[in-house]
Amino acid sequence: MTDTPTTSPVSAAPASGGVAPNGVDALRAEHIAKRFGALTALRDVNLRLGKGEVLGLIGDNGAGKSTLIKILCGFHKPDAGRIFVNGEEVTLRSVDHARSLGIDTVYQDLALINELSVYHNMFLNREVVRWPLLNNRVMRRQAKAHLADMGVNIPDVTVEVAKLSGGQRQAIAVARSVYSDAKILLLDEPLAAMGAKEGALILDLVSDLKRRGDVSIIIIAHNYAQVLPVCDRVNLLQHGEITLDKRTSETSAEELTDLVVAEYRAARRNRQPS
Amino acid sequence: MSDAVQVTTETGASPGPPAPAASPGWRAGLRPVRSAGDWFLQRREASVLLVAVALMLYFYTQRPDVFFEHSNLVNIAQATAPTAIVAVGIVLLLINGEIDLSAGVVAALVPFLFYFGVHDYGIPVILSLILSLVIAAGFGFVNGFVRTYFGVPSFVATLGTFFAIRGIMLIISHAYPSPIPEEAKGGFQKWLGQGEWSGLIWALIIVALFHVVLTQTRWGLHTISVGGNPVGATEAGIRASRIKIGNFMIASTLGGFAGLLEAFRINTIDPNIGGGTSLIFNAIAAAVIGGTALAGGSGTVIGALLGALVLAELQNGFNLMQFDQNTIFLITGIAIVVSMVANQYLSRLRRAGRT
Repeated sequence: MTDTPTTSPVSAAPASGGVAPNGVDALRAEHIAKRFGALTALRDVNLRLGKGEVLGLIGDNGAGKSTLIKILCGFHKPDAGRIFVNGEEVTLRSVDHARSLGIDTVYQDLALINELSVYHNMFLNREVVRWPLLNNRVMRRQAKAHLADMGVNIPDVTVEVAKLSGGQRQAIAVARSVYSDAKILLLDEPLAAMGAKEGALILDLVSDLKRRGDVSIIIIAHNYAQVLPVCDRVNLLQHGEITLDKRTSETSAEELTDLVVAEYRAARRNRQPS
Repeated sequence: MSDAVQVTTETGASPGPPAPAASPGWRAGLRPVRSAGDWFLQRREASVLLVAVALMLYFYTQRPDVFFEHSNLVNIAQATAPTAIVAVGIVLLLINGEIDLSAGVVAALVPFLFYFGVHDYGIPVILSLILSLVIAAGFGFVNGFVRTYFGVPSFVATLGTFFAIRGIMLIISHAYPSPIPEEAKGGFQKWLGQGEWSGLIWALIIVALFHVVLTQTRWGLHTISVGGNPVGATEAGIRASRIKIGNFMIASTLGGFAGLLEAFRINTIDPNIGGGTSLIFNAIAAAVIGGTALAGGSGTVIGALLGALVLAELQNGFNLMQFDQNTIFLITGIAIVVSMVANQYLSRLRRAGRT
């Protein structure tokens, strides 16, 4: 709370095309490194996310994608490196702190509570309260309205999320982050465990958000062919480093595949495949 | 009682037009048909309520002369109350995926703290009562801190504090009972345990209060979240340690309060209050019989009250039927195992039901 970067002197009007022309990046990470014991998850990551931009962060399993996201959202602390939000350096103390700066995440393991209803999950840790009680009526109404607004079809928001399909759960998780007024949205494998129809729903959702232009998004994806169409730019993460940074228009799924396969071959030459 | 359950969970916070308006058309038609069966599946408390009523009727047929006598009902009420009060704290902890074995000996310690406060330090009774409960909360804090900060499993941590608190109690009491201080006699004592129904009334108040806390407050939602999906709850920014420590403090304080009620009821401050392990074991049994699973993420305080009632009925009824205590132990044990099995089965049905 020492600094308030959300009110930095940046022109408020985002370029309608998505990428802010120059200005200050929504999020920038410099020389991020992270080790877990003997395992080096991130070596030296440099990454920038423009205002209103959608960045695809791709890489093979174990490249460090999830670790990077958990650092950017305040869950892990990096061993080294600096993080800038709206051009101001920040030390993310906690998920709460990152959230207060407008960074919100939809995790791969879905931070949904199976035992709670859809609307309680939508409002998890941001509950509407008429002290000392929860204001369930308002939360139910708003959750329903918001899900409908996003085109997410949940017949009954009072149902426990345990009883929903994987795609519905993911949609709720994404809807929750968007609803929370996030300015920087980190989507960790948003299309995992999704049917084609539900996947399209999430991609439409991202396109929608991009059109509105007030949210900057990083999509982490294993299956990059699927997400490429909604991304402005692509970064390839390999062995804990960003090895490629290109505009989507300057690359293709084929080129990315070649790079990932080349990496796999190289790794195979060095040691036995798992 | 069952009505109260429905009302508080469904529309407790919203006085306006409730569920019917929200139900989609096609389901409204089926509602009456499914509702009866559904209700029993969905409400964990329902099956325990059924057992409690069935037991009551059974024991009535066995001893129609005494079972519903005033004095016998008082007996049951007085056996139910302390177990139910301690079980409330246990339910919160079980939902968190934790347990507290020490709450039952806090029940023995706190009346002595109260006594020393009034008798040795001349503290006014109300203040001494509050202070002794604050100290009880302090023990809960220690439990929670050892659990969350050092990562010691709560079973082990509170097993340790169980012995330690028992030791403290025996040392400061010299293992001798103390009288109720003169200053506390009269209305104060009557309202806090001595009156025939006062224990039960306190139990009902506490159960109602924590039912609301669990189902209608942020604390309750976060308690469920931390137990149901610890990683997810933490990622959502919920401070799991804080919730857990708080629930340990609640459990310990309720243990202390139950002990005070017992001391006032039996009119002496006895080192044997809570019977060593028996109060805490009964409370855990009550929680489990009431439908709270040890796995965390779900549970019900109303069920725990009913569980405590079932245990009290078993004890009382078989006493009236002149079973000996050893047989009653055996029956209680079987009751716990059977209800646990039934619970597993019911929760599977619940999960399968209405997708």
